[in-house]
Amino acid sequence: MGTERSQGHASGRFAALDAAAVNQDGFLHEEHEAGLVTISSPADPEPSLRIEDGAVVELDGRPAADFDVIDEFVARHGIDLAAAAEAMALEPLQIARMMVDINVPREELVRIGRGLTPAALARVVALLRPAEMVLALTKMRARRTPSNQAHVTNRQDDPLLIAADAATAVAFGFRELETTVPVLGDAPCNALAMLIGSQAAAAGALTQCSIEESQELLLGLRGLTTYAETVSLYGTEQVFVDGDDTPFSKAFLASAYASRGLKLRVTSGAGAEVLMGAAEGCSMLYLEARCVKLAWAIGAQGVQNGAIEGINIAGSLPLGMAEAVAENLMVMMCGLESCSGNDTLMSQSDIRRTAHIMPIFLAGSDFLFSGFGSVTAYDNMFGPSNFNGDDLDDYLVLQRDWGVDGGLRTVEEEELIAVRRRAATAVRDVLHHLGLASYDDARIEQVVLAHGSKDVEALDPQIVVDAAAGIVERPVTVVEVVAALAETGHELEAERVMAMVHQRLRGDYLQTAAVLDEEMNVLSARTDPNDYRGPGTGYSLSGRRRAEIDGIRQARTRADLLGEFGRPLDGVAFRELGEAEPSSEPREVAVGVSPTFGAEINWTLSGLSVWEALRQVLAGIEEEECLGRLLKVRHTIDVGMIGLTAARLSGSGIGVGLQAKGTALIHRRDLPPLANLELLSVAPLITAEMYRTVGQNAARHVKGVPLKPLRNPYTEETIGARYHAATVGLVAIERAACLPGAPPVDLEVVR
Amino acid sequence: MSHAFSGRPLEQVTVAAAVAGELGADDVRIHADTLRHQADVAASAEDPRLAANLRRAAELTALADEDLLRIYAALRPGRATEAELSEIRDELRGRGAVECAALVEEAIGAYRRRGLTR
Repeated sequence: MGTERSQGHASGRFAALDAAAVNQDGFLHEEHEAGLVTISSPADPEPSLRIEDGAVVELDGRPAADFDVIDEFVARHGIDLAAAAEAMALEPLQIARMMVDINVPREELVRIGRGLTPAALARVVALLRPAEMVLALTKMRARRTPSNQAHVTNRQDDPLLIAADAATAVAFGFRELETTVPVLGDAPCNALAMLIGSQAAAAGALTQCSIEESQELLLGLRGLTTYAETVSLYGTEQVFVDGDDTPFSKAFLASAYASRGLKLRVTSGAGAEVLMGAAEGCSMLYLEARCVKLAWAIGAQGVQNGAIEGINIAGSLPLGMAEAVAENLMVMMCGLESCSGNDTLMSQSDIRRTAHIMPIFLAGSDFLFSGFGSVTAYDNMFGPSNFNGDDLDDYLVLQRDWGVDGGLRTVEEEELIAVRRRAATAVRDVLHHLGLASYDDARIEQVVLAHGSKDVEALDPQIVVDAAAGIVERPVTVVEVVAALAETGHELEAERVMAMVHQRLRGDYLQTAAVLDEEMNVLSARTDPNDYRGPGTGYSLSGRRRAEIDGIRQARTRADLLGEFGRPLDGVAFRELGEAEPSSEPREVAVGVSPTFGAEINWTLSGLSVWEALRQVLAGIEEEECLGRLLKVRHTIDVGMIGLTAARLSGSGIGVGLQAKGTALIHRRDLPPLANLELLSVAPLITAEMYRTVGQNAARHVKGVPLKPLRNPYTEETIGARYHAATVGLVAIERAACLPGAPPVDLEVVR
Repeated sequence: MSHAFSGRPLEQVTVAAAVAGELGADDVRIHADTLRHQADVAASAEDPRLAANLRRAAELTALADEDLLRIYAALRPGRATEAELSEIRDELRGRGAVECAALVEEAIGAYRRRGLTR
């Protein structure tokens, strides 16, 4: 698409800009009549609240007689009347400032937030600038310890793969797992596989299966899920009814879930009303404020918002990203759990989708993603998330870069394979034991090692449909699952699934922002309240967690580098001779090498051996009918000084400096140290041919004839990021081997 | 101290009991007392709405799964007549689910005004 458009540009710069990934995204001008407006629309009502005889008779400019079904519910249950008079009397700006004031406690703001009308709440959060939002998020989220949620799905609804991927997600640190199905009938099978798989790597992850409301409830009643999240709320009556619900039906549903010991949060977020063509001209933020007040009104403990799928429409408009975060803040202002979006791929541009996560990432949240795609993007049946399975290493590195807890940790390959096998085997055995489906060992091996469902043979879809139907008809409940696990030898998973039953019977995780840690402690707004009050307070990384975040699998020690770059040379060695004396041979070019050359360090950053680099330089000198001489310069690690030292001892006055890591230059004895004749500075990109040209040109300087062209290569690669860590290690090794005051010595090649 | 809906103490809800076939669906269902306790915890943490939801939930423990699904379906827009909703309200009241009945009563008024009954 970018290239087609670019043909219209005379400017190469514009053609290149058009081809950028961000230009595959769509962008719109605001049109408030259609609801294409993020923060504020002329149609948004002025905040107002009139109370008579303890009842709300006017809400945001609308009298009770004109209340739609949302107004009605919010007016009855969504305004804390004890706090309303005080809250509505405050200027929005004053409340916004309290949100970033570390001296105003979170509880005080929650009390005020619950006393505000939807229009007033939206107006307050709209006043925060991005950096202020980050501070407000840090202070206002309900739970002190941040956490994260994963999507776990696949294109085949393969239960063994669901189980293995659930175990994978928990191994990486996710504490809530959400699945869904491409084929509705498969849902019970997915839920069962998730329940078992989620307990294979560690105890206590909560699981849900997102499907049509009443069928989802049924899975919960059977004990096959532990929470529900996709109970959707909408900001206008029309869309609510189109969604086949009302605030009253949702309130009943919320109580029904709790009546069976299931955690529940509701889902809302910008964009649904616009996409359904019924935004009533209002801003996304105002409509979402109605949803948030409604969520508190029905007694939900939390809200999934931050635009959700609607980020693609919000993101096409000015302030789209800011609006999404403002939604999360409104949830926190009502004292509710925030499950903070970031769960829909919002841009083709890696830069833009990363920018989208940053406020929540830096501040932390009850759940930073309401679905990080823990599987590879094509297997995500919600559609690709903003971050997916193949982005896990990026995310882990970002945690380490900022020293923030994004909820995840590094996993070693061996450990991952082991937990995937545990999970897949347990589900296979349970399905077989219950007579629901049979899978052979080869299938398990495919699943365990698979990157995604494309790596496992596609079986007859009827196998899963039949297994799911069997679960419904029998019916299979969590009791049968526990028994089957125990009877097939999966004691650990049986105990852990039973521990989840105990949680359901205790109900502690019904409290706001509850999550279970791996020791089965309930962390919630009750047991682990966010107590951030400025620097040095609130959540901080424990030493163990810091080590987990810092210890990414890619990190190397200097000793590791020494091992890599010190690998022995095959069939060649260097012997130091006596102190090097100045020569009078006019055709001589001295090649000075660094202290570790051919000793501690045998391999250059480009992957050539030091001998190969040196051999090419010497061959180049010889080709131009000059004489090469080899010296080791021991008193300095600086390649300029090494070259100059060689030049001063060289009969011709021309010398070559060559560091063990591969950097090379040509020097002349009358130049200052930092001047040189030619320099190859980007050691990782130097080829054998370029070393030969260095030798040839050094000799041509001796002869006074024109030089061969020698240029550092073109590159767009992140040479610095890739090699600086190694360079620092190699330089440190050179420094340790350096002998200040020691004279250069002649060096002999022993083959 | 916790016990299941059936009255079975939590310590006796074990893997061994599941294997022995001793556990029924009511042994893995939450008890109304537990939900009322959680409602009190929410109320003392200054969250009256979560507390109200958990009290409604405590009431709903008395209803069978099919009843929950049936009442939820009736509360969806355009599904039930006002008379049918009134019957549900009375049924809930009769089973001691007074707060749930009050919710349905509010719904009846709102649905009538907004044309959301069948």
